[in-house]
Amino acid sequence: VRKALGFLSSFRSTSGSDFLLKGITTLILASGSILILIPFLYMVSTSLKDPAQIRSDSTSLLPRKPETVDVNGTLEPLYRVTIDGQVREYALIKNIPGGLGQFVDPARPDVIHELRIRDQKQLYRWDVHWENYPEAINAMPFWRYLGNTLIVTFVGMAGMLFSCSLVAYGFSRFRARWLNLLFLLLLSTIMLPSQVRLLPMYILFQRLGWVDTLLPLIVPQFFANAYDVFLLRQFFMTIPLELDDAAKIDGANPLQILLYIILPQARPALVSVGIFHFLYAWNDFYEPLIFLHTSENWTLAVGLQTFDAIYTINTHLIMAVSVLMIVPPILLFFFSQRIFTQGVVFTGIKG
Amino acid sequence: MSLARREALAGYAFVVPWIIGFLIFTIGPMLASLYFSFTKYNIVDPPQWIGLANYEKAFSGIWDAIRTGDPRQFKDPLFWKSLQVTIYYASIALPLNLALSFFLAVLLNQKMRGINIWRTIYFLPSIIAGVAVTILWVRILNPRVGVLNPFLKDVLGVQNPPGWLSDPEWAVPALVLMGLWSVGGSMIIYLAGLQGVPTDLYDAAKVDGANAWQRFWNVTFPMMTPVLFYNLVLGMIATFQYFTQVYVATSNSLGGLGSPQHSTLFYNVYLYQNAFRYFDMGYASTLAWILFIIVLILTALIFRSSDAWVYYEGQLKGRG
Repeated sequence: VRKALGFLSSFRSTSGSDFLLKGITTLILASGSILILIPFLYMVSTSLKDPAQIRSDSTSLLPRKPETVDVNGTLEPLYRVTIDGQVREYALIKNIPGGLGQFVDPARPDVIHELRIRDQKQLYRWDVHWENYPEAINAMPFWRYLGNTLIVTFVGMAGMLFSCSLVAYGFSRFRARWLNLLFLLLLSTIMLPSQVRLLPMYILFQRLGWVDTLLPLIVPQFFANAYDVFLLRQFFMTIPLELDDAAKIDGANPLQILLYIILPQARPALVSVGIFHFLYAWNDFYEPLIFLHTSENWTLAVGLQTFDAIYTINTHLIMAVSVLMIVPPILLFFFSQRIFTQGVVFTGIKG
Repeated sequence: MSLARREALAGYAFVVPWIIGFLIFTIGPMLASLYFSFTKYNIVDPPQWIGLANYEKAFSGIWDAIRTGDPRQFKDPLFWKSLQVTIYYASIALPLNLALSFFLAVLLNQKMRGINIWRTIYFLPSIIAGVAVTILWVRILNPRVGVLNPFLKDVLGVQNPPGWLSDPEWAVPALVLMGLWSVGGSMIIYLAGLQGVPTDLYDAAKVDGANAWQRFWNVTFPMMTPVLFYNLVLGMIATFQYFTQVYVATSNSLGGLGSPQHSTLFYNVYLYQNAFRYFDMGYASTLAWILFIIVLILTALIFRSSDAWVYYEGQLKGRG
């Protein structure tokens, strides 16, 4: 008992308990991350299977096919069987009731062994169907959807960066009686549910003839939004005023100060709001669904949803397009991870 | 022109893009939808004033329904159904999400080798949220061909695994499960908050002889309540706007949007249905304004109650 107590108390010492804590943490994190990664793996592997594999072997996380062997002119599945303690590769030629099967050596098909099927190990081989990707791309106007998505994403991003920089600059560098009140008003729109303005906006865009064009998704971006203005303003405030003053003495006007002093300093903040905007616009489904009606104007999100509706049974093709759709955000995330996490740390918003 | 005046004018000039946008895309549409909520309007014909009839449609029958306990007494039972579905989802998803993401953030806040890899893995699902993820989960959860139920049956020994999205009882829990996979989005906000807790507070607690659990409960947790509070408010508002997952999961199913048996008829889904399937813009605007008022009340409630449990740093310093 004393020994056990001594052992326990050794964990009480700082390094010991620290070690234990880190061990448990790693264990929990590792098992959790398996749960996170399996759906990804399932998505990728399903996109590489053919329909037969999906039907017969749906729970497998690998694109594989049963290994077969020619027995008297028919292809039979190959198993690794154990007979009298010896391991051999035999073909299963017939199922019999009771979970048993008739196995034969492919070289000597006349000698039949009856064995319990579940005790034998079925053999598989890799069977990867890369051709699902071109097939999926050709089964839908993929490039058209991609083009629309890129236009909405990047033109919108340009508009957002342009307008939000101006507005954030106005809110961070000037004193005027109503500016604080206006800023509060701006912040309050973060809580505003978009539905309360969406229907009249739809009617307005319809009157303008913009419904079923990309304009309703792009034009509002040119008029700033609360999230990004808030983030940029917070960042602009950390840029020392002395820089502005020095430029002013040199005769720079406010616009020049924004262009040549503030914006170059604020590059990390601009990049992170740009990334946030990319993720938002790329994944957005609600507004494209409402504003875009004919197929040729859809974005990838709407196109993929409809593809899923039409090609429901072709799981492999749907998964291939799904993989294509999640690759750009993931790549972007990996290449900009440092800036990205800084941005989140900085604002703590836009989940 | 005085210098101060010039400065003020320049300031206003820079915020003009937002002011124009605010008038055209926020205040204008808000007032318009308030007006539409008192009309019968199908976009094609001009709006026709009907007073409070839309609001009456939403709310009338409430006393009879409560008295008799019979939801058929509501004039618009689906409105109440959609409120019920939304609140049901929120009451399961928000606490689970809050607890799990906070727990993960505490784990991921430790100084360990390779911690960035773990953080990346947990954050990954939240950057791809949307259509592709929902399509994936619909397949995983499919009781006939999905991978989850064979796992539950063969590995965990669950005798009758649920039908998930095809079962009215399990459809909302299925959506909760789907949401928990993307818990990394709120986790990263807690992580940011945790990293903002000043280390001298921990040092002081250590000097006072506090163990790890006491340090967590007396330093970390109080310092994190503003972030908890923030996530709670946003989570609540997001639930009332929940849409994409339901649309992708149910609009192609036999029962249609919100199926099975209206068990996934979230508030925003019902609003969409009224606006863009039935083109009843008047009633849809009424629903939008009721939503707006619900969000206002919730926000106010959470803000008020926050005095009791949210610590801001200034207060903490005052106490210490």
